[in-house]
Amino acid sequence: MSIEFQPYDIIKDTDMTQPIDFNQRNKLKSVDRAFKAEITNIIRLTDMEKLFQIRIVDDAERQRFTFLPGQFVMLQVPGYGEVPISISSSPSAKGHIELCIRKAGVVTNVLHNARRGAKVGIRGPFGTHFPMVQMHGSDVLLIAGGLGLAPLRAPMFYVIENRVSFKDVHILYGTRQPDQLLFRYQYEEWSLIDDINLQIIVERPDATWAGRVGLITKLLDNITIHPEKTYAIVCGPPVMFKFVCGRLNQMGLPMHRMFVSLERRMHCGMGKCCRCNIGSTYTCIDGPVFDYWSVMNLKEAI
Amino acid sequence: MLFKILYKDDFRTLIETAMKSVEVVAPKKVGSNARGKPIHHYLPVTSFEEIDLSYETTEYSAKTYFIPYLENLANYRFGDEDWEKEIQYRFEPRMILGLHACDISGLLRLDKVLIHDKFPSPYYIARRKNTLIVGIDHEPCEGGFCHALGTNVVSHGFDLFLTDLGDRYFTAIDSDRGYILLNKVLTHDVKEKDTKDYLDARRRISDAYTTHVNVHNLPNLLDIEFESDVWKKWGAKCLSCGSCAQVCPTCYCYGVSERVSMDWASGAKVKQLYSCNLVDFAQVAGGHNFRPEATTRLKYRYYHQHRGFVEIYDEPKCVGCNRCGRTCLAGINPPDIIGELQAEVRK
Repeated sequence: MSIEFQPYDIIKDTDMTQPIDFNQRNKLKSVDRAFKAEITNIIRLTDMEKLFQIRIVDDAERQRFTFLPGQFVMLQVPGYGEVPISISSSPSAKGHIELCIRKAGVVTNVLHNARRGAKVGIRGPFGTHFPMVQMHGSDVLLIAGGLGLAPLRAPMFYVIENRVSFKDVHILYGTRQPDQLLFRYQYEEWSLIDDINLQIIVERPDATWAGRVGLITKLLDNITIHPEKTYAIVCGPPVMFKFVCGRLNQMGLPMHRMFVSLERRMHCGMGKCCRCNIGSTYTCIDGPVFDYWSVMNLKEAI
Repeated sequence: MLFKILYKDDFRTLIETAMKSVEVVAPKKVGSNARGKPIHHYLPVTSFEEIDLSYETTEYSAKTYFIPYLENLANYRFGDEDWEKEIQYRFEPRMILGLHACDISGLLRLDKVLIHDKFPSPYYIARRKNTLIVGIDHEPCEGGFCHALGTNVVSHGFDLFLTDLGDRYFTAIDSDRGYILLNKVLTHDVKEKDTKDYLDARRRISDAYTTHVNVHNLPNLLDIEFESDVWKKWGAKCLSCGSCAQVCPTCYCYGVSERVSMDWASGAKVKQLYSCNLVDFAQVAGGHNFRPEATTRLKYRYYHQHRGFVEIYDEPKCVGCNRCGRTCLAGINPPDIIGELQAEVRK
């Protein structure tokens, strides 16, 4: 007598032989395969931040890659590690993406030393997105503090490319010091666009600074909000949410019309490693974009 | 569900035959603790004598055979300014013999996260589908409170499930491959006497629980008692060692790191099981820690077990095996914590 067990070989599973598409969340099983991508260009923004222009190498994969503003990718540097980075470019550019990265840990330090042409891995896109279509026909406040401009840039590109679908558009940006301002070379372009109100403020000016001085909430002083037809997107450090969203709420904007992007350490991006959990909420699956009402109802969120 | 009667001699023949073609993992006595109680582990066995199906419990759960403590998610070959990534999934079949109902319930909970939720894990699916599970009924273990959570009885998640009736096993069959396996030896149809003996055995087990935990309204209770002194008291004892998560049958959280060979010719992406009680679990780049105190981390663990998981999957993550309580060096255990929280609301 003998017993034969028929082994199950998962790589023959039909879900495994399909092209990888991380937007197919319930079906995708090739979760640890990555798109190979190369760094095509590196733009030095400040001493701490660089913008990496990245292209998925395979033509078909690059064409298939789509994301929505607010989503992030897991960026892998083989041999060093993998980090979650929000996509900082226009969704219409598909598999040509831009990632604004601050030098903060092992992987990001390696990236800051990387050269043009270096090969990296991309998994994603992951997470929730800003509801841009829902915002059509409304006024939009795009508010960023510090590195928050990186995740805000994707919805900004969306608004600029679809300017006709939005009413009044305000871009408000603040940093602590002038030398921390990101994307300085683009301010002129943004402010020249028909009817976009760009305002920038710093907390601690240096001798050369001629612009406004103060906290970002100060920029809201001369803005009138029409609560029933306004949406706000707020990106920045958690402390900023309390002040900016609190102020917007005082001005009459309901919390469910404000959207923020939260940050946590992530090891998977797929709701498995639990590292980004806020209570029972996975920042990678249920976030990173949340409306402010949901954030207020999450314990220890900000 | 199909049921058959399997005499113990035939069962032995079945297992000994299976051992010839497949790795068999079973409870094995490995030593005794300070009180003289035997210590068992689920280990690969090569002879029937090594197996001790009368074991009370094991120190570790059997999850290591599904989500190993260390697992290579991918291997890399480096060269010429480029790299290649290779991923391998397990497909060698394995039999795990003698799992208790709580541990099978634990696997069903892992299935919810790792198979049925978004982004199914191919690593887990490959191991789960290639593992034949033969469960067994048992007398309640010391401190176990599975009956409070309904995890002391399982109706799926296994291939065969045995209830000891003295000279024979009342055998539940939950899969085609379990049926095929059982047909390799002589089995008998269930007679009235067998059913009566089975129900008696189940009743005897059900009446034997000595640890009682009141989980009534626990998810809401946890929200109400978020600032309770109970957390401060137990949090102050917690050593943040993470042992609870290591022995837990359902804790699946992890960290990922990369390893490279000395000559940078190859590397690996390695997954290591983690614990939300470890100090850097929620630390982000730049150094900020969202849960810097042991108290908030311990509380988080209980919230995930008994509230968060319920919100998503309609049942607690905890299966009541009390392995975490037994292994904790500081004596932190779910029956005491849940009992004190219940007492708080009654104050």
